[in-house]
Amino acid sequence: MKSLQRHWLSIALLSPSLILLGVFVYGFIGLNINISLTDEVGLNNNDANFIGLENYIKLLDDPRFHIDIWNTIVFSFSFIGITLALGLGLAILIDSKIPAEGFFRSVYLLPMAVSFIVTGVVWRWLMNPATGERTSGLNLLFDVVGLDFLINQWHLTPTWGMLGIAVPAIWQMSGYTMALFLAGLRGIPEEVKEAARMDGASELGIYRRVILPMLKPVALSAVVILAHISLKVFDLIIAIAGKQIALDVPAIYMWQTTFDAYNFARGATLATYILISVAIFVIPYLIVTNRKEKV
Amino acid sequence: MHLEKKKSLKALAIAATIPFVLTACASGSTETSSSSDSDSGDSGSTSSDTAQIEVFSWWTGGGEEAGLNALVEVFNAEYPNIKFENGAVAGGAGTNARAVLATRLEANDPPASFQGHAGLELLDYITAGQIEDLSFLYDEMGWSDVMPQELLDLITVDGGIYSVPVNIHRANVMWANPSVLEEYNLDMPATWDEFFAAAEVLQAGGVIPLALGEQWTQLHLFETVMLGELGTDTYNGLWDGSTDWASADVTSALETFNRIYDYTNSDAASLAWQDASQLVISGDAAFNIMGDWAEGYFRVDNELVEQEGYTWAPSPGTGGTFQFLSDSFTLPVGAPDRDSTIAWLKVAGSAEGQDAFNVQKGSIPARNDADQSIYPPYLQEAMDDWSSNAGAPSLTHGTAASNGWKAEIETALGLFLGTRDVAAFQDALATAAAAQ
Repeated sequence: MKSLQRHWLSIALLSPSLILLGVFVYGFIGLNINISLTDEVGLNNNDANFIGLENYIKLLDDPRFHIDIWNTIVFSFSFIGITLALGLGLAILIDSKIPAEGFFRSVYLLPMAVSFIVTGVVWRWLMNPATGERTSGLNLLFDVVGLDFLINQWHLTPTWGMLGIAVPAIWQMSGYTMALFLAGLRGIPEEVKEAARMDGASELGIYRRVILPMLKPVALSAVVILAHISLKVFDLIIAIAGKQIALDVPAIYMWQTTFDAYNFARGATLATYILISVAIFVIPYLIVTNRKEKV
Repeated sequence: MHLEKKKSLKALAIAATIPFVLTACASGSTETSSSSDSDSGDSGSTSSDTAQIEVFSWWTGGGEEAGLNALVEVFNAEYPNIKFENGAVAGGAGTNARAVLATRLEANDPPASFQGHAGLELLDYITAGQIEDLSFLYDEMGWSDVMPQELLDLITVDGGIYSVPVNIHRANVMWANPSVLEEYNLDMPATWDEFFAAAEVLQAGGVIPLALGEQWTQLHLFETVMLGELGTDTYNGLWDGSTDWASADVTSALETFNRIYDYTNSDAASLAWQDASQLVISGDAAFNIMGDWAEGYFRVDNELVEQEGYTWAPSPGTGGTFQFLSDSFTLPVGAPDRDSTIAWLKVAGSAEGQDAFNVQKGSIPARNDADQSIYPPYLQEAMDDWSSNAGAPSLTHGTAASNGWKAEIETALGLFLGTRDVAAFQDALATAAAAQ
């Protein structure tokens, strides 16, 4: 009897957020998918017809969408990979009992306090691709210190321009990844490391066989967080490069086609593709965490 | 050990929530405009003796804001009982404002009046029945007699006129640095062939022949090149269907456009239009093509003297044609207080209102009975051209094509910039036109 009461109480306490989530997240996802299956264009939406998956198929043939996919892949792999590596490296360095640890921790974490827009504007200046007398920003620095071979077109490099966009994103998020890994490192009990040392493991061996495996859950959360940022990247590109097709990603295409051209059907289709791509990362993560919690 | 683990988990949890808190803060700031909207709606309905209008625009800085304020002053003097509320949403060319506006129109919560480029940019609102035909106001105020017939023809949609134009900007202007021209002994090019000849000389001397900015400024260049190469009638025919986008004329115009890229700065995509103008001011570049809002940038922001620090001419091949765009105000269906909105539109269309607005904004009045003497020299010349030249609509600035069509052309142009494939570009343009 008592447990039944508690049962109802918990449902009552949860219901407001469940209802809000249901309407504003899942309800709108449903609404969005619904629009993506019609030919709704323009502000007069009374004459939209159901056309099935036609929008999805048409988009696969769209040369602009091909550029979007390529750019997302280039950005995601470079951003997630390098951010993880840098974050882990910084965390290991800071964890090795250096003096003024708190100071360095804050310094590395600080870029995160800045919004992507601010980062974008500053890096737009730093990554100025002008040549000759008008060379400026990082290219000028390279020129002055004699590293001329590093001078490049940054985000305006054909095909690989997204690597240039990834640079500021890595700068901004690697400190945060470091904080995640640092928390993970601090969570590894000293006894385990000592036991390994007693068994004759080298310091490198301890990292490889003890510490890194124990950091796996942290790494997984970091990947999920970084992946959803990279798949939804929008403001950073707008701030650095404005709207240009060479640096287009699905989120920018969705914005332009929805709000500049009022092509709601295509916008909703793009939004669904973005949702699916994020889900590919997030759902396995949820399954893994769920399974662990049950054990 | 247990305690330590808990601590670290807490640190992890805090670290993990930081980005979400930060993004929440960032998005919070954009909400302020909409929350103040709803406040105004409430106060408007409770106090009945003083009416209130909320006018929606994207004029939030520089000469634009000054122009709007001057127009509001005229309005306040004429209608002291109507309180004006500025519902401006910041963001260049109104991209942010349009998104907010679309949401409000969808929710049947229109502002009293909103800004839009006169012409086919308004087509979506018209077909959705969201703005009223204002022909009755044109008849009542006699505006059809004081605004050029060419303008009226181009902003008439299905026999109705749906907005009141307050100003006219010219798109087809080529700006130049007079000292560079003098140094290389060059004149303003009257055709693109003349430009190419001059460009060879300039490039040999280490000067960028044509300064170019980010993608939309290249769309702007595209429309002026099309106008210059096709001629006014053929160009205008692109938009009403009488010119075939797949024709050989268009091919050769596109080839000219493609060739221009051999004479531009390599960092165009990272420059705003002001940065491109700056290249001309500094003498790094000789020419730039931009609408005549650049004149204010030269004269006011950079304190240059005309013909000394900067000079201008119609862009190559477009002499005698005025490629225009126009800012205008609308009457939304279901506006909170229709009579007050009409009062606002009457002021926006009046000679007094237009003079007050345009001197500040750096554009010319849509009416042809304005007081020329109060305008600076460039604008006086533009007024003469406006009354004598042939008219052509601007694509980039919303006069020539619907938003959907324009977006398709933008995409085609963006893809072209990556490939420089003229044939594929023309195919994409023809496909976009056929879908209209």
